[in-house]
Amino acid sequence: MSNAEATLKPYSRAWLLSDRPASRRQARLGRAYIVWRRFAENRLALVGLAILILLLLVAAFADVLAPHDPVVGDLRNARLLPMGSEGYLLGTDDQGRDILSRLIYGSRLTLLVVVLVAIIAAPIGLVVGTASGYAGGWLDAVLMRVTDIFLAFPKLVLALALVAALGPGIENAILAIAVTSWPPYARIARAETLTFRNSEFIAAVKLMGASPFRIVLRHVMPLCVSSLIVRVTLDMAGIILTAAGLGFLGLGAQPPLPEWGAMIASGRRFILDQWWVAAMPGFAILVVSLGFNLLGDGLRDALDPKEAGQ
Amino acid sequence: MASVLRFAVTVVTTIFGLLLVTFFIGRVVPIDPVLAIVGDRAPAHLYERTRIELGLNLPLYQQFWIYTKQALSGDLGTSVLTSNPVLEDIKRVFPATMELATIGTLIGAILGIPLGVLAAVRRGSLADQIVRVIGLIGYSVPIFWLGLLALVLFYAQLRWAAFPGRVDVVYEYSFTPQTGFYLLDAAMQGQWEVVWDLFRHIALPGALLGYFSLAYISRMTRSFMLNELSQEYVVAARAKGLSEPRIIWFHALRNAAVPLVTVIALSYANLLEGSVLTETIFSWPGLGLYITNSLQNADMNAVLGGTLVIGAVFVGINIFSDLLYRTLDPRTRSR
Repeated sequence: MSNAEATLKPYSRAWLLSDRPASRRQARLGRAYIVWRRFAENRLALVGLAILILLLLVAAFADVLAPHDPVVGDLRNARLLPMGSEGYLLGTDDQGRDILSRLIYGSRLTLLVVVLVAIIAAPIGLVVGTASGYAGGWLDAVLMRVTDIFLAFPKLVLALALVAALGPGIENAILAIAVTSWPPYARIARAETLTFRNSEFIAAVKLMGASPFRIVLRHVMPLCVSSLIVRVTLDMAGIILTAAGLGFLGLGAQPPLPEWGAMIASGRRFILDQWWVAAMPGFAILVVSLGFNLLGDGLRDALDPKEAGQ
Repeated sequence: MASVLRFAVTVVTTIFGLLLVTFFIGRVVPIDPVLAIVGDRAPAHLYERTRIELGLNLPLYQQFWIYTKQALSGDLGTSVLTSNPVLEDIKRVFPATMELATIGTLIGAILGIPLGVLAAVRRGSLADQIVRVIGLIGYSVPIFWLGLLALVLFYAQLRWAAFPGRVDVVYEYSFTPQTGFYLLDAAMQGQWEVVWDLFRHIALPGALLGYFSLAYISRMTRSFMLNELSQEYVVAARAKGLSEPRIIWFHALRNAAVPLVTVIALSYANLLEGSVLTETIFSWPGLGLYITNSLQNADMNAVLGGTLVIGAVFVGINIFSDLLYRTLDPRTRSR
C-alpha cells in the first residue's frame, strides 16, 4: 500500500472510492457508496425514497400528527364536512370522522400489510428457489411445478377465494396476499442460484466439506438477496393495490379500522355529492404505491446496471 | 416429440394443481355445507344422511377424486344465489368479461405500441419521460378508485358516459345476442342506435382497462425496441441508407413484435383479473361481478367455480402465447 493511500482520511470520498481498500469494512462501505451514488443520480428514485420515509414518519408519529380520533367521530356536528372545513383539512366522512386523521392512522395498516407480506413471502420464495436451483433433479421439478401452479392463478382472484374461505379480516388478507406473492421470488432465486451453482467458489466450499444445507444457507442465499430486494420493492405497489382491492370489496380490514381501500368503499355511497370522502384515501394509495415503484426502479438501476434504462 | 410430451405433462399437472387448490380452499371454508342445505334445526339423522349424500364422510383423497371427475365433466356445483349450475352461470356472464377485456387490450395495444416505440426512439427526451410517467401512474393507481372518479366526472358531471351497466333497459331486448359480444351482435343486426348505447356503456370501463394495458404494453415495447435498436442489423440498415422510419417500423419493430405478442396475450390475461374490480364499479355483468356478488353471499360453489375458470383461462392464454412465440420466432423451434 502506498503512503498516499494510507493517509486518506477515513470516510472521506476518496477513502470510500479507493480502489485499494485496506479493510473489509472500507470495501463494503465503498461499494455501498457507489451504489448510493448511482441511485441518487436518479431524481425520481429519490422522490420515491422521500415518499416512503415520509410514510414511515407519519406512521411512527400518527398519535402526534393526527388532529382527531381516527375511529370515534363527531356525528352531531361534523358529518360529511367538505374539504378545508375548520379543524378538518380534508373534510369528514359519514360518521363525522376526520379523513386526514384516518389517513394518517391508515398508513400504519398499509405498512403492516407490506412488511408482513414481505416477511412471509420473500423467505418462502428464497428457500424454495435456492433449494430448487441448487439441488436440481426431482426436487427442482416438483418445486417448480408447485410454483407454476400458484403462478397460474391471477393474484387477486386467488387472494379473493382464499379470503372468502378463511373469512374476511386484515390478517387473512395478508396471509392470502403472501400465499399469492412468493412464486415470482422463487423463480428469481432459482435463476440466480443456477448462474453460480457450478462456479469455483461453490466447488471450493464443497471441497472444504460444507454440507449442501450450509452452502445454500451461507453461500447461495446471500447472493440472491439483492435481486430479491429489488423485486420485492417493485412488488410492494402491487401488494398495496391488492390489499386495497380486498379492503374495497369488504374482505380486508374490517370497520372501523382506517384502511384506505375500505375507506374508498365506504365513501363510494356518496361519491356523487361528497366525492372527497372516497377520493382522498385513493390518492394516498396512489402516492404510496408510486413511491414504491419509483424506489424499486431506482434500486434496480443502481444494483443492476446491466438492466438500467430498459 | 419429447417437447410435446413435456408440454402435455405441464398442462395436465397445472390443471391438476388448480383443482387441488380450489378443492382445498373449499374444504377450509368455515361454512358447514351440510348445515347450509338442511338448516340448523334438522334432526341428527337427516344431517347425517345429507352428509353421506354429499360424500363428506369419505376420506379426503376420494372426495378430491370425485371433485376432479365432476369438475372435468363440467359440473362445478350449483350456485346457492342463482340456483343454477355454476357452469351455466359462468357461460352466461363470461362473454361480457371477454368483450370488456378485448376492448381494453385493443386500446392498450393500439396506443401502447406507438408510445413505446416513440419512447425508445427518443430515449431520454421529454416524450420518453411523459410515457414513463403515464406508465408509472398506471402501475400505481388503484383501478377501482380511478373508475369511481371517472364515473363522477364523465357520468355525473359531463353526462358523456351512460349509467353503469352493459346496456340500457330500453334496448335490452331489441337485439338478439349471438356471439355474446353485444357490440358485434348489434352491429351485425344493423341496430346502430343500440350500438351507440352499448358504446356509451363500455367506453369508460373499456378505457380504464385500456389504460392499464397501455401502461404495461408501452413499457415492454420500449424495452424491446431499445434492445432491437442496439443490434447490428440496425447499423447495417442505416449504412445501407434506409430511412429512419423504415428502420424503426419495418426492421426493428418487426423483430420486437415477436416478444410483444406474448406481452399482449399476458396483458389480456391480466385484464381478466383487473375486470373483477372494474366490473364491480361499473356494474358490468361479467365474471368479475359474478364472483364478487357470490363472495358477498357466501356462495362458495360459485366463487370457486369462477376462480377455477379464470385460472384455466389464464393457463390457456399462457400456453397459447407460448405456442405463438415458438411459431413466430424460428430460433425457438427445436431442430
